[in-house]
Parts: sequence; C-alpha cells; structure tokens
Amino acid sequence: MTTLTSTPTTRRLGRPAAPAAKPARPRGLAVSRALLWPALATSIVLTQIPFVVTIYYSLQNWNLLRPGDRDFAGLDNYATVLRDGSFLSSLGSTVLITGSSVLLSTLLGLLFAVLLDRSFTGQGAARTLMITPFLVMPAAAALVWKWSILESTTGMANWALGLVGIPPVAWNTDVPIVTIILVLTWQYTPFAMLILLAGLQAQTKDVLEAAAVDGAGAVRTFLAITLPHLRQYVEISVLLASIMLLQVFDPVAIMTRGTGGTKTLSYLLYERAFVGLQVGEAAAYGVMTVLITIVVATVALRTLFKVFSKEGLGR
Amino acid sequence: MTTSRLRGSLVTAVTWVLVLAFFFPVAWMVFTAFKPESQAATMPPTFAPDFTLDRFETVFSRNMLPYLINSLSASLGSTLLVLALAVPAAYALSIRPIVNVRDALFFFISTRFMPVAASIIPVYLLLQSVGGLDNVTWLTILYIGVNLPIAVWMMRSFLAEVPRELIEAAQLDGARLGTEIFRVVLPIVLPGVAAAGLICFIFAWNEFFLANLLTAQVARTTPPFLTSFVDGRGQFLSVLSAASTVAIVPVVAAGWIAQKQLVRGLAMGAIK
Amino acid sequence: MMLTTKVRRKAVPAGFAAGALALALTGCAGAGGGGGGTEEGGTVELTLATVNNPQMKDMEELKSAFEEDHPDIKVNFIQMEENDLRDAVTKDVATNGGQYDIVTVGSYEVPIWAENGWLADLTQDLESDAEYDVDDLFEPVRDALTLDDSLYAVPFYGESSMLMYNKELFDEAGLTMPDRPTWQQVADYARQLDSDTVDGICLRGKPGWGEVFAPLTTVVQTFGGTWFDESWDAQVDSPEFTEAVQFYVDLVKDAGEADPVSTGFTECLNNVSQGRSAMWVDATVAAGLLEDPESSDVAGKMGYAHAPVVETEESGWLWSWNLAVPETTQNREAAVEFVKWATSKEYHELVGNELGWSRVPPGARNSTYEIGEYQEAAAAFAPITRDIMLAVNPEQPGVAPQPWTGIQYVTIPEFQDLGNQVSQDLADVFAGRSELGPVLERAQRLAQEAGDAQK
Repeated sequence: MTTLTSTPTTRRLGRPAAPAAKPARPRGLAVSRALLWPALATSIVLTQIPFVVTIYYSLQNWNLLRPGDRDFAGLDNYATVLRDGSFLSSLGSTVLITGSSVLLSTLLGLLFAVLLDRSFTGQGAARTLMITPFLVMPAAAALVWKWSILESTTGMANWALGLVGIPPVAWNTDVPIVTIILVLTWQYTPFAMLILLAGLQAQTKDVLEAAAVDGAGAVRTFLAITLPHLRQYVEISVLLASIMLLQVFDPVAIMTRGTGGTKTLSYLLYERAFVGLQVGEAAAYGVMTVLITIVVATVALRTLFKVFSKEGLGR
Repeated sequence: MTTSRLRGSLVTAVTWVLVLAFFFPVAWMVFTAFKPESQAATMPPTFAPDFTLDRFETVFSRNMLPYLINSLSASLGSTLLVLALAVPAAYALSIRPIVNVRDALFFFISTRFMPVAASIIPVYLLLQSVGGLDNVTWLTILYIGVNLPIAVWMMRSFLAEVPRELIEAAQLDGARLGTEIFRVVLPIVLPGVAAAGLICFIFAWNEFFLANLLTAQVARTTPPFLTSFVDGRGQFLSVLSAASTVAIVPVVAAGWIAQKQLVRGLAMGAIK
Repeated sequence: MMLTTKVRRKAVPAGFAAGALALALTGCAGAGGGGGGTEEGGTVELTLATVNNPQMKDMEELKSAFEEDHPDIKVNFIQMEENDLRDAVTKDVATNGGQYDIVTVGSYEVPIWAENGWLADLTQDLESDAEYDVDDLFEPVRDALTLDDSLYAVPFYGESSMLMYNKELFDEAGLTMPDRPTWQQVADYARQLDSDTVDGICLRGKPGWGEVFAPLTTVVQTFGGTWFDESWDAQVDSPEFTEAVQFYVDLVKDAGEADPVSTGFTECLNNVSQGRSAMWVDATVAAGLLEDPESSDVAGKMGYAHAPVVETEESGWLWSWNLAVPETTQNREAAVEFVKWATSKEYHELVGNELGWSRVPPGARNSTYEIGEYQEAAAAFAPITRDIMLAVNPEQPGVAPQPWTGIQYVTIPEFQDLGNQVSQDLADVFAGRSELGPVLERAQRLAQEAGDAQK
C-alpha cells in the first residue's frame, strides 16, 4: 500500500510519459482507489484466503475417514505427492487436453470465421446455429455426447461411421482422451469463431481492395494481410479459452471419470479431496497446482500476449 | 463469371454442411427429447418416432422447477453483483488510470487461472462451519469470485473506448464523480455492460463444479440435477435429453437474441 | 503517507457499502431457493439421498402414502448415480455437513461409518416396535449392518450375484448350462457363442470399486486370490490375483462387450435385455428387470445359475442398499419414522398392490418370500436369489481366511480410494494401453499403504 500510494506520480503506469496523462490530483487518486478497492477486496477474500488455508491444511496429516487422527505432518504430504507420480501425469493430461482443444478450436474457429464472413444465403441463420454449442451447458453437452453420440452400440457417431463402412469404435475404452477433446473442441470452436469473426469485420476494406488492385491473389492477401491483422484476436481467443480449459472438470467427471489419461488437475484435486478424503494430501496437490499455474500464467501472460507487455495497455 | 459463381455456391454448400454438422448434437438432443423412451437408444437410430411430450412431463414431475429457480437466482444475483463491483473497478483502471493498472489487471486475471478445485477443501469446510452449505446466497457469493476477473477485464476494454475528451469536458464543467459515471460514461458503455453481464450470466448458469459439491437439495442448481437423470438401472436417454433441452433453453435463447452483445463482449479484449 | 491514511478512510466505507449491497442483493436472490430442511410451519422436511435405481424410484413414487399418514412430514428425494452418491454422501457425513436426513448407503460403508460415530444407532427404535419385526430382516444382510450388537442401518433391498444366460441362444448352439458352472465352462461357452451380432458374455468394466471390482473381486477370490492376507499384507501382485484379473480381461476382450470401460450394470442390462449378450454375471436384482416384458425382449427366455466358481463352493457377492440416519440430522425422529416405513412389510404389500409384485424390493425380508403373489410373480428368480444369499460366506469368501467381513470389497476406509485408483488403471489394460503387470505393481504399493494403516 505504502509504496504504491507514496509515489503519487504516474511513474509506475503502463504508459509512462503519455501526453494524455492528466496531472495526478490527490482527489483523483483517492477516488480511483475507492472505486477499485471493493472489487479487489472481494477477489482477495474469495480466492486468496482459501488458498492460504489450503497451505495450512497441506501441512496436516488429516484423513476425513479417520477422525481423531489429525496432527502436524510437516512436508510429508508433499513427499507423498512427489513420490506418487499422479501429479506429473495429471499435469501432462491437462496440458495435452487443453493444448489440443485450444489448437483445434482455434483452427476450426478460423475456418468458420472465414466461411461465415462471406455473405451468402442464410448467413444470419448459419451464424446463430454455429454459436449454439458454446451456449450449451457443459454438463448437458457432456451427457449428450456420452450417451447419445459416442455410446458404442447405439450412438450416432458409430452409426455414421457404419454408413461409410467403418467398424464401430469403442470410444470410451479405446480413445477416452479423444472423447474429451472432441467435446471441448465442439464447445470452444464457436467461441474462437466469434472472436475471429469480429477481427475479420474490423479489418479495413481499403487495404484489402488495395491488395486486390495490386493483383495479389485471395490466398496471398489472406496470408500476408489478414492473418497478421488477426494476430491479437487469436491471442485473446487462445488466452481466454486456455483460462477456461485449464480448469476443465465437467466432461471428465461425467464422461471418463479420469480414465485413460484424462485425469486433469481439476479432476485429480477433486478426487484426492472428496474420494480419497485425504485433506492434507489433497491440499498439497492444490498448492502444487497453484504454484505451477502461477508460473505458467506469469510466463505466458507476460511474454506471449501483447496485452500484458509494456505497449499493450496504451490507449 | 459462371465458374466463380459456381465456386461461390459450392463454398456456401460446404459452409452449410459444416455448420449443420456442428449443430447436429444439439438438434439430435432436442429430437430425442420428443421420443418415447423405447425409441431413444436404438440401432439403427429411429428417425420417425411416435412424437410425445411425456418426457417433458416426467422432467417436471421430478420437480425440475426449483432447480431452475436456484440456477436463476444464483446466476442473476451474482451477475448483478459482479457488475456492481466490476464497473467501478474497471473505471478506475481505464479512465482514471492512476493506480498500477497492469499489476491490478494481472492480479484479477491470475485469480481466474487458479483452479477453483485447488482451494475447494477450505471453501467447503469454511462454508460447513458457518452453515453455508446448500445455500443459494453462498453459492452466489462464490460465483462473484469466479466471474469478477472476466467482468473487470471486459469492462476495462469497453471503458477504454469511451472518448477521453467527453470525460475531460465533463470534469472541466466540474461534474461530480457520480455525474461523470452515470450521465456521461455509463450511457456509452451500456452495451458493454450488457455484454459482460450476459457472459457472466452464461458462466454462472452453466457452472457445475461448485454447485455439485456445495449444494445438496435446497440450493441445488440445474447442471448437477441433470446428471441425476442418468439411470443406474434402465433406459433414460430421452428423459435426459428432455431435461437437458429445458436446461439449455434460457441461455441459448439469450445468446441467440443478444448475439451482437455476445460478439462484442468476447472480442473486445482484442480491440484494446 | 498522509495520502495513504486519507485514502484508507475513504476506501473503507466504500468497501463496506459494496459488501452490504452484496449481502442485500444475494439475500433477495437466495429467497427463491426456499428454506432449509428444518421445521417450517410445523412441517418437517426430510432430505433423502439415494441411488437412482428402479426400486428407489418406486419408493419416491409411493412416498405420498407415507406423507398422507404423516401430514407433518415431507420427504424430498435426491437421486444420484452410484459413484456420485458415494462421493456426495461420504463427504457430507465425514465433514458433519448435515445436508441429508436419510442416506442410502451400501453394506460397505455402514460398519466403517458406524465406527466413526456418523450414523444413528437404530437398534432401540426398531426392536421396540413389534410390528416392524426386525428379526424378519435377512440375517447375513443384517449382520453386515451390525457393529457391536447395534444396528446402524436397515436394508432396503439386498442382492447377491449370479449367472444369467439367454436360453434361446444356448439352445440354438446346442449348449446346456449346469446349475453350478465353473468359470472355465463359462469362458468356453462365451467364446463359442460370441459372434458379430451377439457378445458371448457381458461383464462390468466401468471404473469404480463398486463397478468393475464388484464382480472382479469375486473372481479373484474364487481363483484363490485376495486383496489382503490375515496380517493385512497386500496380495495384489500374487499369482492368483494376477491370473484372475488376466482371465477376466481376456474373457472380456475375446468374447465380451465392445466398450468395456463404459459398461456397468445398466449397459449390460440393455445388452442382455435386447438379446445382444448371451450371458451376464451380475446382481441378482437384474433378473426382475430382465423378466419385465415391458422393457425386456428376453422375458421368459432367461435361465439363472449360481455365480461361476473355480476353487470355492460359491462365488456370489453380498450387497444391500440400506437406509441410515446420519448423526447430524436435526430431524431424527421423523427420519427414523420414514426409514421404518420404507423397509416395513406394509411397504412391500404396498409395492405389490400398487406397482406389481415382481417389483417388491428383494433380499431384505424373509417374509417377502412367503407371500404367494410374490412367489408367483418372481418364480423365475426368487428361489435362487434367496438360496445364494443365504449360502455365501462373508466371513471367508475366498480360499484363505481374511481379516475383514465382506465379499466383493474390503471393509476398511481406504478401500474405496484404493479400488477406484486400481480400477482406473485397469481401464488402460482393457484398452490395451498398459500391461497388467505394472498396473498390479502400483496397485500392490497402494494396497500395502492401505494395509499398513490397519496394523
């Protein structure tokens, strides 16, 4: 608090010597802080305090199924976590599932954005239908995909494969991770598409026309002009989708229950806490997860995304 | 010209095929909801079933309404509160950027990176000790924590689009802070507030993890209720489809109607 | 610094204002959710958590009869899938969450929870009521729910496991099923009957200690294996355990269902009742569903035999879904009242008269098997169910003595986590992603940790 407020200049701002900067007035500063404070405090209370308690629990030897045997465990729980190997394999699953779903939905989103940016018969209706998967409740999506689409004997996926002569696939047994990625890609493609479509529409037509006059083909124009222009839209879509997908829980809990390399960190944490009922061990998993995500988030946000680099916040 | 027109229709046809393929699971779910149970899970699939509304009747006779009301309370309540907290904060961060903007924003967004699951045990035990389990008010409060970062982030971008001259003019006129916010800024960013609100509402309505763990019956919301239709010992596909259809209608309808806001809400971060 | 204090003075009230606003608004929002489970205008609202099996759905359908007799009590059902129910109820009871007044628990949980003091002792309530006739409850089932001579739960229905087979398919192939088959015979038949359109056998492969490990543990035991020896040393990497699991996995791969990891009771039921599976080893209650012509294509065409064996006499499991009252309930009296009603003779009559006699909850009361209408409606499966339930030995289901009572599970708190983790790894074996060896090595390590906790 003191460091921030006792330097009442704009030195620590994102835009140091911006000409538009108003002279700092004490009243303005106080008002700004008063406006920010409630949100900041709420966020701290709701997210940081439970985490501090998690750290405390992680040092306890505490199994809910054995009430009465609770004592201080030091770093034992961390030793158990590191010895077991579940943590690393879960981290791998999370990265694999998040990474491939984000990649696939961004690529498909780009394809659909380009297709739906053209004007054609029923463009509005097509866009409306296309955004629907993102609006569908993830629990409902997971249930419908599991029981209606990917069910091995009566599901529509195997029926469709059968029409073209491909033998049925035992989705849940043989490729559980694919089922999760399928559902997530299905839900997040419209999300990526919406953002990229906005990017395409924000493109000034003059540049494209100029390129056409210069005799550049559609493909070259797209690669040389449109794609670079879309970069920041892709960034934001990847950022937001990653934030949401890193926590993915619903389809894992509903479709695979963590089998076959689908045990994401969220599911692992849930399982240790509420199936294993090992409070201490589960808390240690939680602390490890948070440490890793903080490191990853910091590196990713500060280096990959322009929005958080120095020039990104200027207006 | 004819070849290019032909190519155009071909692309349109491909577009439609792809879009319909993407929409198919939803369409199939709704279709299945109108089938009798015996025609729901068959191979080959039944395309001409005996249409019936019985499954919807079953859904409501299993008392779905209270769950929908709980969902609505938690979603609407948390969305309003999130906006009440996020708009002033975003205002401080964008129009009066005197505090450290980047660090504050970074803090907000980083809370969203932290898996909710990581500190679920303390949340559960703390709620249990204050009698806050199975309670819509507490669920609402937790949803504020989940959605606040996204709302702050979005609102900051919308507010950054407000022409600085307008605010300075108002300040020169000696307008008070209240006037500045409510008369000058808010009307301009109202569509943005609607967009952020819509997105918070969608996330809260669809939230499963916390609702599943922290509620039992009185405060249970729709997403965990849906999973109870998976029957341990019998056929359930069409009743599950009917319940899912009812569950997604509010958000899908809202999303369809407010498409423009949705696009703005999602894309704004990239613009500024 | 002056600045700082000034800021704080201004900021704090603003924060409080927002907080107060938050509470005011959510207070409104919460009002829609209704009150708690306690008294409201003289009416007690009970919350009952249960698995969503058909017998439980019948109970929900008939609860109005109870509510009419007890106008001051209202019972709300929460139905969940088996795994979800376990997670939800266990965490609630273990943390004194107090969200449920009545819980449906398996015979695995009851002694463990009773030991921890989480369940109300029902002995007095039941014995003092002569009409309830507590001695009529199936003895082996009741034993599993008793700790130090006190009864902590009452069976709603009980089951063992048996072999069910499609007589039509057997006749076509010219095969005959003995009354007490061996696993080797069953495996041979399954491989003979397996074709493009029909699976030779259906066996659970779904992860979860109560899913795949219910039948699989009985197979392990009859092969001579066990989870733990008498001194709580893990025996998961023993040759017998390995052989049994390998046998099970191979049988499913060669002649079983296509998608084992998503196959549990329901999926097998669908396969068998649509004639897509020739055999099935699972809960005895399945018979009632297979014999229901409304939902099953094979009603009247099924044969029933004892669960297949290798080295033991019997290999059926013993399970009951029971109603219990958590200690944390605020409405003990009303809850006990409902529990008694739902497990009474009167309730069995009610089900018979209202919904049909084949739907009476089986395996809970001796008297049920003496009702003429029930004998007639359940002729195909009632006698064998009762025989098997009374024949199995939960004290020593396997070849060697074991330090716990229970057949298809180990009655220690750690088992549900252990069984779940091993069953998840087993999914990789079904899919051919892992070899059995390393999976059982890890299982042995986990089991040893659990065993050490008992020493």
